[in-house]
Amino acid sequence: MTNITAIFKKEFRSYFNSPIAYIFITFFLGLSSWLFFRGFFFGNQAEMRGFFGLMPWIFLFFIPAVTMKLWAEEKKIGTIEILMTLPIRDYEVVVGKFLASFALLIVTVLLSLVIPFSVMYFGDPDGGTIFAGYIGLLLMGAAYLAIGLFTSTLTENQIIAFILGIFTCFVLLIIGEDIVLFNTPDWLFPIFSYLGLGAHYSSILRGVLDSRDIIYYLSLIGFFLYLSTLAVESRKWR
Amino acid sequence: MEKTETNFFEEIVFSTTEKNEQRAHNKKMIEVRELTKSYGPTVAVNKVSFEAHAGEVLGFLGPNGAGKTTTMRILTCYLAADAGSATVAGYDIFEASIEVRKQIGYLPESAPLYTDMGVLEYLNFMTQVRQLPKSQRKERIRSVIDTCGLEDVIQKDISELSKGYRQRLGLAQSLIHDPPILILDEPTSGLDPSQIIEIRNLIRDIGQEKLVLFSTHILSEVSATCSRILIINNGKIVANGTPDELASQAKGEEIVHIGIRGTQEAVEAKLDELDFVSQWTHVETVDGIVGYQINAAQDSNAAEALFHVVVKNGWSLTELRQESADLEDVFLNLTDKEQTHVQNQRSAEQADDSNDA
Repeated sequence: MTNITAIFKKEFRSYFNSPIAYIFITFFLGLSSWLFFRGFFFGNQAEMRGFFGLMPWIFLFFIPAVTMKLWAEEKKIGTIEILMTLPIRDYEVVVGKFLASFALLIVTVLLSLVIPFSVMYFGDPDGGTIFAGYIGLLLMGAAYLAIGLFTSTLTENQIIAFILGIFTCFVLLIIGEDIVLFNTPDWLFPIFSYLGLGAHYSSILRGVLDSRDIIYYLSLIGFFLYLSTLAVESRKWR
Repeated sequence: MEKTETNFFEEIVFSTTEKNEQRAHNKKMIEVRELTKSYGPTVAVNKVSFEAHAGEVLGFLGPNGAGKTTTMRILTCYLAADAGSATVAGYDIFEASIEVRKQIGYLPESAPLYTDMGVLEYLNFMTQVRQLPKSQRKERIRSVIDTCGLEDVIQKDISELSKGYRQRLGLAQSLIHDPPILILDEPTSGLDPSQIIEIRNLIRDIGQEKLVLFSTHILSEVSATCSRILIINNGKIVANGTPDELASQAKGEEIVHIGIRGTQEAVEAKLDELDFVSQWTHVETVDGIVGYQINAAQDSNAAEALFHVVVKNGWSLTELRQESADLEDVFLNLTDKEQTHVQNQRSAEQADDSNDA
């Protein structure tokens, strides 16, 4: 646990030592508020469905940008050689790095609470759905982070890690979309509709925190963290 | 509960480290048996075996791509070997990898560091991931800053450091937990001459009580710092011994350079008569002085004998110099053999081809 904490602190601080965290937070808040409030006043309804609906698509580009450096940079500049010869287990490094990126996401999401407070100023939105929406946002974001962390272990090139991350998240996102599901063969249908990232998110958005959705996200995160550990260990495969 | 466990654990580790230092000398620290590792079809390390003891500075010498880095990466548990075994401080590198890593301080080639961190911040991070107890952290950081001469840069960011300071910080990082074994991959590459000397002195000091294993492809470096040398070529260990042992191995023929004031014909006639001269080459004639390179039999004391010959014939001697075989010869002999062999084969094949055509 102390090892995970040490890695976590180092990675989290490194986000704020470099411009990454500031750029990420500023652009994310700017873009999401702009896109949300642009439609908000036409709707004439004090609700945040529009905001949460945008998030899977905004995260698609923002989250892999947060995770792309986590392993690719270590490989590129060679620090991985010191890191992986420390008396630390591989999974501890993976988990520490994941938690650091998740903490950055939490900070960003907390700052975006400005939006629901503004909405409350204009009307009387349903607090329950907003709360559920934020839980869904964090779960989905964490799943994206785990995927991005995994693609970062595959290469020493950050751009490749970034694009692979977008691609993997995109595929997982659209296989649950109606347009894709209509055209999938019957035997694939239940698999696709279960694996789709978006469907679980929209069911949480309806205000129902179903344990199945939470288990889905947690297992997806666990799966990709496991894959990351395997990928990091693969240098030692014989 | 967990906390007391880790403290207990740390105590064990530290008490064993202390014991290691107490009986520092002659304790076997590294034992490598038939270690083999290949990348696809290329065999990087081929059945390498050696031992190393505490209080030794062991130089890993070989041309680029000889397998030095791969061997070090296997010993530090960064890579796994395909076959063979190795123990570090009594721990098997495959079975007890975490224990092994605690015993080793490692500086990879070109000292990779986190450029977005400050120097102190980095050292502090290393004390955490090296699991040093909180009470010792400050003291250890202070100690490595002193040892590696980092006082002037402690306030700086790593990205601002020069190559020399980065190398020192890399070394500081490897020493932070006071490990009994230090593995350094080309610690002096890219440094200027005065920095090289500093690092060498540092290595020698550290090698008084610890085992230092370092790699280089620079010859003068090993003779200056090492108590023992391993020469590695094409993944195999081709020589293992102290610098003096290796140099004496290389001694074969004696080579003498001589300059004589006398007539060329008379001198050459005399040289032909001498038994111990196996071959002579006329080098130059300048102002009536004839110069020769003379190859003589081993242990023939050719220089002394030639002196007497010159005196007996009433010539005068202007130069007499015996070439000494040194590490360089050993190195070139051992590492070039296979390459020249390949070249010969190739030229033979080419000759065949041209004959066919």
